[in-house]
Amino acid sequence: MSRDLPGDSLPIEQIDLSGSFSSFLRSRGLEPSWDLPSDGTALDAPEGTTVLAFRYGAGVVMAGDRRATAGSLIAHRRMQKVFSADRYSAVAISGTAGIAIELIRLFQTELEHYEKLEGHRLSLEGKANYLAAMIRRQLPMAFQGLVVIPLFAGFDEESGTGRLFSFDVVGGRYEEIDYTATGSGGRDAKLYLRSAYSPDTEEPAALRLAVEALVRAAEEDSATGGPDLRRQIYPNVAVVDADGYREVADDLVAATAREILEGGL
Amino acid sequence: MTVPFYVPPEQLMKDRAEFARKGIARGRSIVAVEYADGILLLAENPSGSLQKIGEVYDRIAFAGVGKYTEFEALRVAGIRHADLKGYSYAREDVTGKALANAYAQTLGHIFTQEVKPYEVEVMVAEVGRTAADNQLFRVTYDGTLYADRKVSAIGGQDEELRARLEAQFEPGAALAVALGWAKAAFQAEREDEILPEDWEAAVIDRTLGRRGFRRLAVEELSA
Repeated sequence: MSRDLPGDSLPIEQIDLSGSFSSFLRSRGLEPSWDLPSDGTALDAPEGTTVLAFRYGAGVVMAGDRRATAGSLIAHRRMQKVFSADRYSAVAISGTAGIAIELIRLFQTELEHYEKLEGHRLSLEGKANYLAAMIRRQLPMAFQGLVVIPLFAGFDEESGTGRLFSFDVVGGRYEEIDYTATGSGGRDAKLYLRSAYSPDTEEPAALRLAVEALVRAAEEDSATGGPDLRRQIYPNVAVVDADGYREVADDLVAATAREILEGGL
Repeated sequence: MTVPFYVPPEQLMKDRAEFARKGIARGRSIVAVEYADGILLLAENPSGSLQKIGEVYDRIAFAGVGKYTEFEALRVAGIRHADLKGYSYAREDVTGKALANAYAQTLGHIFTQEVKPYEVEVMVAEVGRTAADNQLFRVTYDGTLYADRKVSAIGGQDEELRARLEAQFEPGAALAVALGWAKAAFQAEREDEILPEDWEAAVIDRTLGRRGFRRLAVEELSA
């Protein structure tokens, strides 16, 4: 049967019940890939910057600024960097934006695919490991300067707690117990979180802390976009608790951001 | 020298159809009924783990009767088909009609080309934005595709079940009412009562958000 994009026939000839969606894509030659020139000419692809995550009383908070830069230019002002991975987990991206977004789309499809085939969700640990393997496969790209570093956080349905994971460029996966951040402003966000973080906070305090850390990062790092009151651009903030993934409403983030900026942090 | 044995094609098709029909008649049926917010799928299935009804995509559900391994293979292929399409294009480009067509093509191909036809019938249910946009398809072992309205049934007693449900059906009913019709359709002509844990039921409901598929718990089935 045809090896083209979805047509009339079902992919029944290669049914391998254990196969992941990625291996199915690979078998059809449809896996996302970026062919690189061998001489390694530098490319100015837009990059997403600062994202952070930390644990709070009911679960985890994940937040990201909205700026993407290409060299010293601002490429996009309203980029979304925090996504739901599935019902009980969230993923945020930093690094080469185009590649990262494609990887997230594949990761989301993969988790849902697994859930539908098996009848239950992957464990939180399983999702983190799978994401690590996806990053590991991107290593040749990283050598060309096209780096993608995600953050992954979720609510562990088995233990009933929020957990978060950071990654490195070779696909190393590290579980964090309190907070983490990545991207160009990640260091500044982490510095702020180090002094201001406390576990077991309520959601409003956690929201404020997340936005404060991003404001701090934006003050020190030119590639991180702070809240833009004039254009009405505010950070993306999401929480994952026992009820699942939820994006914090834009007007609530806006009010918090305004309060922080007017209070002069 | 042996003379090749000639079998007329009519006889060959008849034999194959009879073989498949026998296999399907041994299994239990599945019905689908529309209700106010979506579509209910109900099967009599004493096995809690070997399920006959499954989620395919946001608004699309699958149900299969007959040989478990064969309709399970079709279910997996359907999920691959839908996920590939949704990933390549966009989520709204995945439709029940395309999936039902794919099943019809595949089963038709297997019926004529393979050594043994599949002993299965499958159903594809898609809930639309309004009740008028709902789609119910069923595909028989030989790849014949039917589009039903309001109610549908597959399996050994499909015609009786469909007739009973059509007699009962009224548009815009609540889920509990539709569940009552579906259970009554199975229960007619049965002396023993089917226990709540022997049902398998799921809905695709347009009020549940992006992924509209939900399995009903035993408590919901005992009422």
